[in-house]
Amino acid sequence: MSATVKDDAVIGKGFPRKELQRLLRGRGRYVADIKLPRMLHLAFVRSPHPHARIVDIQTAEALASPGVVGVYIGKEFTDSEPLVGIALHRRGHKSAPQYPMAVDRAVWQGQPVAAVVAETRAEAEDAAELVQVEWEELPAITSGEEAVAPDAKAIHPEIGDNLAFEHTISVNDPEKTLAQSHIVVEQSFRFERQTGLPLETRGMIADWNPGDESLTVHYAHQSPFQMQEIFSRHLGIPPLKIRVIAPDVGGGFGIKLNIYGEDLAVVMIARRLGRPVKFISDRLESLVSDAHARDHDIVAKMGVSAEGRITSMWLDDLGAVGAYGMPFRFNVAEGMMCITMAGACYDFSSYWGRTRSVYVNKNLVGMYRGVGIPLACIVTEVLADKAARQLGMDPADFRRLNHRRKEDLPCVTPNGSQLDTVSFEECFEKVLKLMDYDALRKEQADLRKRGILRGIGLASFVEATSYGPPYYGPSQASISTQDGCTLRLEPAGVVRCITSLTDQGQGTLTGIAQIVAEAVGLSFDQVEVMGNDSAISPYGGGAWASRGMAVGGEAALNAGRALKQNIIALAAAITQNLPEALDIKAGEIVNKESGAAVLSVAELGRIAYFRQDTLPKDADVQLSVTRSFADNHKHYYMANGIQASYVEVDEATGFIKLLGHWAVDDCGRIINPLQVDEQVRGGVVQGIGAVLYEEFMYGPGGGLQNGSLVDYLIPAASEMPDIHVAHVETPERTTQLGAKGIGEAGLIGAMGALWVSVNDALQPLGATVAHQPFTPERVLLAIKAAKAGR
Amino acid sequence: MKYPDFAYVRPASLGEALDCLQKYGDSAIPLAGGQSLLATLAMRLSSPEILVDITGLTELSEIAREGDTIRIGALVKHVQLLQSPIVRGATPLFTAALPHVAHVAIRNRGTFGGSLAFADPAAELPACLVALGGTLVLGSSAGRREIGAEDFFTGLLETDLRPGELILEARVPAQAPGSRWNFSELSRRHGDFPLAGLAAVMSPMSEARLVYLGCADRPKLATATAGMLRGASYPLKDVPGLAAALAEDLDPADTPGCSAETRLQLAGTLTYRVLNDLQEIPAR
Ligand SMILES: Cc1cc2nc3c(=O)[nH]c(=O)nc-3n(C[C@H](O)[C@H](O)[C@H](O)COP(=O)(O)OP(=O)(O)OC[C@H]3O[C@@H](n4cnc5c(N)ncnc54)[C@H](O)[C@@H]3O)c2cc1C
Repeated sequence: MSATVKDDAVIGKGFPRKELQRLLRGRGRYVADIKLPRMLHLAFVRSPHPHARIVDIQTAEALASPGVVGVYIGKEFTDSEPLVGIALHRRGHKSAPQYPMAVDRAVWQGQPVAAVVAETRAEAEDAAELVQVEWEELPAITSGEEAVAPDAKAIHPEIGDNLAFEHTISVNDPEKTLAQSHIVVEQSFRFERQTGLPLETRGMIADWNPGDESLTVHYAHQSPFQMQEIFSRHLGIPPLKIRVIAPDVGGGFGIKLNIYGEDLAVVMIARRLGRPVKFISDRLESLVSDAHARDHDIVAKMGVSAEGRITSMWLDDLGAVGAYGMPFRFNVAEGMMCITMAGACYDFSSYWGRTRSVYVNKNLVGMYRGVGIPLACIVTEVLADKAARQLGMDPADFRRLNHRRKEDLPCVTPNGSQLDTVSFEECFEKVLKLMDYDALRKEQADLRKRGILRGIGLASFVEATSYGPPYYGPSQASISTQDGCTLRLEPAGVVRCITSLTDQGQGTLTGIAQIVAEAVGLSFDQVEVMGNDSAISPYGGGAWASRGMAVGGEAALNAGRALKQNIIALAAAITQNLPEALDIKAGEIVNKESGAAVLSVAELGRIAYFRQDTLPKDADVQLSVTRSFADNHKHYYMANGIQASYVEVDEATGFIKLLGHWAVDDCGRIINPLQVDEQVRGGVVQGIGAVLYEEFMYGPGGGLQNGSLVDYLIPAASEMPDIHVAHVETPERTTQLGAKGIGEAGLIGAMGALWVSVNDALQPLGATVAHQPFTPERVLLAIKAAKAGR
Repeated sequence: MKYPDFAYVRPASLGEALDCLQKYGDSAIPLAGGQSLLATLAMRLSSPEILVDITGLTELSEIAREGDTIRIGALVKHVQLLQSPIVRGATPLFTAALPHVAHVAIRNRGTFGGSLAFADPAAELPACLVALGGTLVLGSSAGRREIGAEDFFTGLLETDLRPGELILEARVPAQAPGSRWNFSELSRRHGDFPLAGLAAVMSPMSEARLVYLGCADRPKLATATAGMLRGASYPLKDVPGLAAALAEDLDPADTPGCSAETRLQLAGTLTYRVLNDLQEIPAR
C-alpha cells in the first residue's frame, strides 16, 4: 500500500471490487443470462476456407429445420454502409469495404457467410449444418512475406495490392551512426498469431422495437458509445433511438473493443424480424473470429559504442493484419506502436524504423492488450542483452548506463515517443533489490557449472496509456477520448455516480467510487457507481488503452469536488456559517478548524429534498453535478515499469520452467493498490501465455489447425511463478488526480523479460530462440542449430 | 457448441444396458464419465442417435483383489483409482501415473473404462494397463470375452470393441515382488495429454516392460528398446543404439507444433530419466 495514504483517505486503499460478492455467488448478469420475451437465437455459418469463392448457397433445407425462423446470406446485407477500417490520419492507409457477411467470396477462415435464426441455439446450430455452401477454393495468401512478394495477387483487387499501410521514420543519420558504432547487434524475430481470449466470449442481444423504431443492444462490449455510433452510422438509425448496454462483462482485453461484421448482421436481422435476437459466440467461434493479434516478422539492429552506450536503433516490421482493416481501431496500431516505442527507455538519438501492415487471408487483427508495445519492448531488450554480452558487460550495468535520466525529462525520443513523468532509473534499482539480482546471478553461475541452464531477464518498458484527442481526433473515427461523470446526492446523504466508463473486471468502477468518496468527503460505502450504458451516463469513451482511472477518474474527481462545493454552500446557508469555514469528512459536515460536526450530509440531504420550505428563498440547491474531462492536447500519459524473470531451460527437452517473476511499475497515483497489483499479475500471466503457449497454427494452405482450447494452449495456474509486484509513484503532472494507466504494463514487461531470460539461459550453448511462442520444439531446434553452427 | 439431438436411456442393470446396445447397434453410444464424449458431441464430431448412460451400473464401479489379480471395474473413476489402497499396494504404477491424468474436476468424473475405450494414444491409463500386462473383460448380450490390453488397442482412437460391447472390467496382475516401476511424461501444462510419456515396469525375473504414450497411434510396448537395455548398467548414459531402438519401436506422427523427430528425441530423454530414476525407487 502506498506510504502516502492517510487514515481517513479512501484513495490509496485496496478495497476489493464492489461486485465481487455478487459475481462469486453466481449472481452476475452477463449477456448470456439475459432472456427477453420472444427472443430468438442466432448461429453463424462460417467459411471453412481461408479464401474461396461462394458458387452457390442453398438454404431451403435449413429453413425447413425445426424451430427455424429465418436463414440469411451475405448478399442480403449489402444495403448497410460497409465497414472500412482505415485511419484517415495515416496517409495511404487503405482497406477494402467489409460487409456484415461474405458476399461472393470469403477471404478468411471463420468469416460469416450465413446466419440461421431459430427458437433455440441448438436448433439454430442444427439448421446451420444444413446450409449448403458450394465453394470454389482459391489460393490463399498466408503470410506477410507472401503478401508483399512482387508477384503476389491482391486479395482485394480494388485496392491494388496487399499493402495496407507503410510508414518510415528516419532520424539523425541512422545508417551512418550504425556504421560508425563500435558494435552492431542484429536479430530477427517472429511472433505468431494469438488472440485475447476473455473468459466470457463475445455476445449480444439486439432488440428492435418496431413500435418506436428504437434499438436496444445488450452487448458485452468495452465501449457502448462507440457501438451506438456504429449502429447509427452503418444502419441509419438515429442515435437517440439507440441504447447500448453492457451488463456484467467477463473480460475484454481489447477483443470486445473491436467492431465485427457480426455486430451489424445481428442488429439487421433483429430489425427485419422485429424480435430480440441473441448471438453468443461459442469458444470454437471465438477462436476463429475474435480479433487476432501479433503475426509480425521483425528484423532489428542496435549500434553500441565501446563504452556500452546505445548509439542507434534500426527496426523493420512486417505485420500480417488479416483480410480487412479493423474498423475504428485500425490495424496499423501494432506496427506503429512498435516502431515509435522501441528503445523509448534508453538514451540515444539516431533511429530508423519502418512498419508495413499487409493483408493476408486470415482473420482481422485488432486491438489486444499491449497492442504493439510488447514487440517494441522485446526487440529492444533482446538487442540490449546481446550487445551487453558482446561487450562483456553485465546486462544490468548496460541498462543502468543507458536508461534515460530524470534530469533529461520531459523529452521526445527520436522515434517520437513523448516522455514526461517516467522513472526508469528508480524502477530499475527497485527491481534489482526486490529480486536480489546479484544473488541470482551468482546462483546462475554456480548452477551453470553443473550444466543447469538458468536465465535472468530484465525488461524496461513504457506504456502509453489513455491515448487522447490528438491521437484519435484526426483519425476521424468518432471515438470519444473524453469521459464524464454524474453525481447525485441522495436524500440519505449518499451518492450515486454514473460514469461513462465501463468495467470488464478491472475494478475500474470501484476505483471511481473511491475517488468520488474522497473528493466529496464520504466513506467508500456511501458511494454506488454504475457505468456501461450509453443512454444513461454522460457521453464518453469506455475502456481501452488503460485509460479509465486516468481520464474517467479525473472527471470523477472534478465532479466530486464540484458536488462538495455545492453541499458546503447549502450547508453554510442552513447552518449560517461561511462556506470557507466548512469541510466534509466521512459524511459529516464539520468545522474546518475545530473539526466539530456541524451537520450530517444525510440531514442536509433530507432538508434539501424534503424540507425546501425551511431554506432561504433564493437557496440554489444543485445536488446533481456532471463533469467531463479530456486532456485536449495530450497524446497519452506515459507510464513505465520494469520486469524481471528467472527461468530454467531443460536442454534435453526444451521445456522452460518459470522460477520467479518481479514487476515494478510506475502508473502514477495509485487509487487502489489491490486492483493495480492484480492488473499487473493478470497481465504478467497473459504475457507469459504469449511467449510460451499461445499460437494459432496454420497448415500449408493457410487452414487453421488448432481451433480449440485442446491445442491452442493458454497459461494455467500450475505453471505460473510467484509474481512479486512493487511500485514507484510519479504522479502525472497535468492532472489533479495524477493517475496513469496500468492495464497493459503487466503483459508488456512480462513478454520482454521472458524473451530475455530464456535467451540468457541458452547462452552457454550459444543458442538463440526468437520465434514466439517458445515451444519445446523451437527451443530444441535453436539448441540444435547452435550446436551445428559450432 | 450445443449437442446435436439424441435420445437418452439410463439402464438400471448390466443386462438391460447390453440389450439396449444390442438393439440399437451402431447408432448407440455408451456414456460413462462424459469427459471425452460430451466434448465430441458439443463439437459435433459425433452424433449418436441414442446415448446409453451406464453410470447407474454400480456393479462396474468396484476395485477388488482376487489373489494376485486386481479387478478394476469399467466405471471406477480416476479419483477412486488414485486413492485406492488396493491399487497402491498391488499396482502402484497406476498410482504413480494418475496425478498426470487431467485435473481434479475431470478425475472426479472420468472413468477407467471410458479412458480405455476412448483409446487416446497419449492417455496414461491405457499405457499403464499394457505395461502391467492387463486383460480386458468385454461383455455383450451374446456373452463375455477377454482380450489382452496389447491387442485391445488397435490404432488411433481405435480398439477391438465391437458394436454392442461394453468394457466390463480389467484384470491386472499384481506387480511381482521385487519389481520396480516408474512413470513420467512431458506435457506442456500440468494435466495435458503429454507430448511423450513412459510407463515402465522392471521385474527381476522378466524383461522390462516399457510402454510409451504419445509416441505411436496407440500405447506402444517397446520391445526392441527393452531388449537392447537388457543387462545395461545404471545409471544409463549415452547408450549407443538406444535412439535406433526407439525409432524401431515407436512411430510418432508429425503434429502441429511437434514433429515426429522431436517426439522421438523427447522419448529418448524420458527413457534415460525414467529408468535412472526407477533405480532409486524402492522395489515392491
Ligand atoms: C480438459 C481435459 C483434460 C484431460 N486430460 C487427460 C489426460 O491428461 N489423460 C487422460 O488419460 N485423459 C484425459 N482426459 C480424458 C479423461 O480422462 C476422460 O475422462 C476419459 O478419457 C474418458 O472417460 P469418461 O468416463 O469420461 O468417458 P466418456 O467420455 O463417457 O466416454 C468416452 C468414450 O468411451 C466410451 N465408453 C465409455 N465407457 C465405456 C465402456 N465401459 N465400454 C465401452 N465403451 C465405453 C464412450 O462410448 C465414448 O466413446 C481429459 C479430459 C478433459 C476434459
